[in-house]
Amino acid sequence: MTAATFTDKPAVSVPSYLMEEGSTLRSWLLTHDHKRIAILYTISITLFFFVGGAAATLIRLNLVTPQGIFEPGTYNRLFSIHGIVMVWFFLIPSIPNTLGNFLLPLMIGAKDLAFPRINLFSWYLFVAAGLLALFAVIAGGVDTGWTFYTPFSTMYSNSYVILAISAVFVSGFSSILTGLNFIVTVHKMRAPGMTWYRLPIFVWSNYSTAIIMVLATPILAITLALLAAERLLRVGIFDPALGGDPLLFQHLFWFYSHPAVYIMILPGFGVISEVIPCFSRKPIFGYKFVAWASVSFTAVSFLVWAHHMFVSGMSLYAGLVFSLLSYVIAVPSAIKVFNWTATLHKGWISFNAPMLYALGFIGLFTTGGLSGLFTANLAADVHVTDTYFVVAHFHYIMVGGMVSAYFAGLHFWWPKITGRLYHEWWARVAALLIFFGFNLTFFPQFILGYLGMERRYYAYPPEFQFWNVLSSAGASILALGYVLPLFYLSWSLVKGQRAGANPWAATGLEWRTSSPPPKHNFDVTPVVTRPPYQYRPEPEPQDA
Amino acid sequence: MHEVAPEEQFASMEQQADVAAFGMWVFLATEVLFFGGMLLAYAVYRGSFPEGFAEAGRHTKIVIGTVNTVILLTSSFTIAWAVHLAEKGWGRGVAVLLGVTALFGLVFLGLKGVEYYQEWDEHLVPGLNFQMEGPHGQAVQLFYFLYFMLTGVHGLHVTIGIVLVAVMAVRAWKGAFTKDYYTPIELTGLYWHFVDLVWIFLYPLIYLVGRSG
Amino acid sequence: MREYLPPRSLVLTWIALLGLLTATLTLAYVPMGIYNLIAGLSISTIKAALVVVLFMKLLDTSPIVRVAAAAGLFWLAFLFSLAATDYMTRVDSHIPIVERER
Repeated sequence: MTAATFTDKPAVSVPSYLMEEGSTLRSWLLTHDHKRIAILYTISITLFFFVGGAAATLIRLNLVTPQGIFEPGTYNRLFSIHGIVMVWFFLIPSIPNTLGNFLLPLMIGAKDLAFPRINLFSWYLFVAAGLLALFAVIAGGVDTGWTFYTPFSTMYSNSYVILAISAVFVSGFSSILTGLNFIVTVHKMRAPGMTWYRLPIFVWSNYSTAIIMVLATPILAITLALLAAERLLRVGIFDPALGGDPLLFQHLFWFYSHPAVYIMILPGFGVISEVIPCFSRKPIFGYKFVAWASVSFTAVSFLVWAHHMFVSGMSLYAGLVFSLLSYVIAVPSAIKVFNWTATLHKGWISFNAPMLYALGFIGLFTTGGLSGLFTANLAADVHVTDTYFVVAHFHYIMVGGMVSAYFAGLHFWWPKITGRLYHEWWARVAALLIFFGFNLTFFPQFILGYLGMERRYYAYPPEFQFWNVLSSAGASILALGYVLPLFYLSWSLVKGQRAGANPWAATGLEWRTSSPPPKHNFDVTPVVTRPPYQYRPEPEPQDA
Repeated sequence: MHEVAPEEQFASMEQQADVAAFGMWVFLATEVLFFGGMLLAYAVYRGSFPEGFAEAGRHTKIVIGTVNTVILLTSSFTIAWAVHLAEKGWGRGVAVLLGVTALFGLVFLGLKGVEYYQEWDEHLVPGLNFQMEGPHGQAVQLFYFLYFMLTGVHGLHVTIGIVLVAVMAVRAWKGAFTKDYYTPIELTGLYWHFVDLVWIFLYPLIYLVGRSG
Repeated sequence: MREYLPPRSLVLTWIALLGLLTATLTLAYVPMGIYNLIAGLSISTIKAALVVVLFMKLLDTSPIVRVAAAAGLFWLAFLFSLAATDYMTRVDSHIPIVERER
């Protein structure tokens, strides 16, 4: 009846993936093991998180006073670098390349991804792109915003545009290869008995994300190539003075970048869908709805891009079409939120750190999502576009949502990945600081936007100062919340209590192998016979 | 003939071959979108400046373009033939046909180079030496920008293809493939056919515009 | 020696492709207005179908591979059709697609 054809506690001590291939630098940099590659990515993106965070710190410092402290040109470079680094070098790779890389094969019962060498190559590309980006930053940065709008970026900007877009271009290929790997892996490498409807939602989410990565990113690549050629040759493909259309750039750019924001939230949905059931001791409510809602994003996310262009000069008819479609896309998100909430209902809730992050996610993501409805409304958007309202909207989703989900996942799977338990008390403190700090930082920005404060401005009218000061104060608390995990998580690597195979008594194949797992993941290929999230009745006692 | 074992993460050679082919098709889907972005630009500007594009089209080198199309179509034939022989395990035959395919590719690039040189000579290179009198100057320049981008990116893919095909030819000659294992040849074939497919669509869009005007 | 010869299906496909190339080239010189574009693209589509089915053997693959092959085109259609909602309906721009060039 039980699926256990493998033991929780191996009879002989098997070396984990951290040791088995050796522990030299060479063995790490040339590894084919998806788990090691996941760690390589984690280190890389953490570095970039702090680079982007440094830019954010300087931005919030500047906005404490109405006249600012930086030159306008400098300020432009700060928000551009913040956006570029956070989007392409932190958020897009975050969950998929760290948790996804590590867990996907484990969750489906496979020994590795379909193409391990392509996985490593994907990381090499990411590092190369990152170095280019750092070089661009150090050389003096770019001032076009992360959106590179033409004709400013092609004809007028005096900053390192081509260097910056080269970095993004290369990172795009890293993304495409990851997506390709995940799609093929989920279709072709599942263990016997692991049917689609037995997959954890984390897999469904990362699979959907992979489809978006593969279909959207090539458009970004060619758009940036056209931009670079235009900047070099001044031919007018995007310049009205020479017969071109600047909106063509925007159409092409947002055709990628809107689905990209779903790349930056769908994996988060996947993490939350694992954490909530575990800490409610209940299966996820409406499993098939949640699964298919994830997949629906692969199509619907491609149909709404021009809601970023309502005031750009495109036709009113197009505005109507895209506004309507943008309301439609609220539906799958709402389905998920309702289902997570219903999962909590009558659950046996415990408030461990991952759960605190997950609960915070539900509140923050929902707030962000609801504010999206305002921006989707053609008339309301005319008022709030290019104001702090939009800034608050997307930060609630990307930071309040995705980053919280990333931290939830990091804490939830930390024992599995590292074999150590982190210090629960400090983790809860960090989670609460982040939740409180985040709201203090970004809620005032909704108000500022509504009152009319423009985004991307280095200075503002004095009547906005009160809310800006609140926001910057919140940012300092948020920063503390983000720095804390660096300390207690690193500490746990050295001094943390050793974790058993399944400290949370969670369901899922990844919890059936040791913590940390051996290089080949499973001693015997698992055979799956039961649906996922079998929390009721309680699973058999695990060694903790 | 030695037994080839599947990579660690696969249960069988069959699974490995199946997975590899699937991966290549997913990659080709990304390439469709990569070229597709430029095609949107083409569609927008051709729709806005139909006479300008027709004028521009008449300046393209139809003889070179048509010969190049014949070359690519034939090279698709030779590589498909090579895959057919690979299925039977005829290593040397495969190598010869792959070599011929690569040669066709080189001729294609050579002719393209001649064509680019002619266009340079006629002052049709945007941003570098473009000069055109008449009311359609801007539109013709937009056409030629897209022409160089489309054929340039395509040419890059042809170059990569030639290298891949050549490497496979050498490996096939040395007996690396059997009738039970020839997946890399199959994948190279798929890639090469894709390069041909793109050209099949570029041909009328570049060379046949405005011919009846 | 005969085993080295190409199978008939491949040879016929190649000849058909060359034939279609001749057709598309010839038709281009016949004034047909908008139908020149339509004819050209239609013939290209047929040539592409021949390559995909007979050279790349797409129909012999599993369904999921065929879905992957179609996906690129399908999502590209999203780009073209929805961008058209803007380009076909603009009024105050120098890029009206519906109007003829000034």
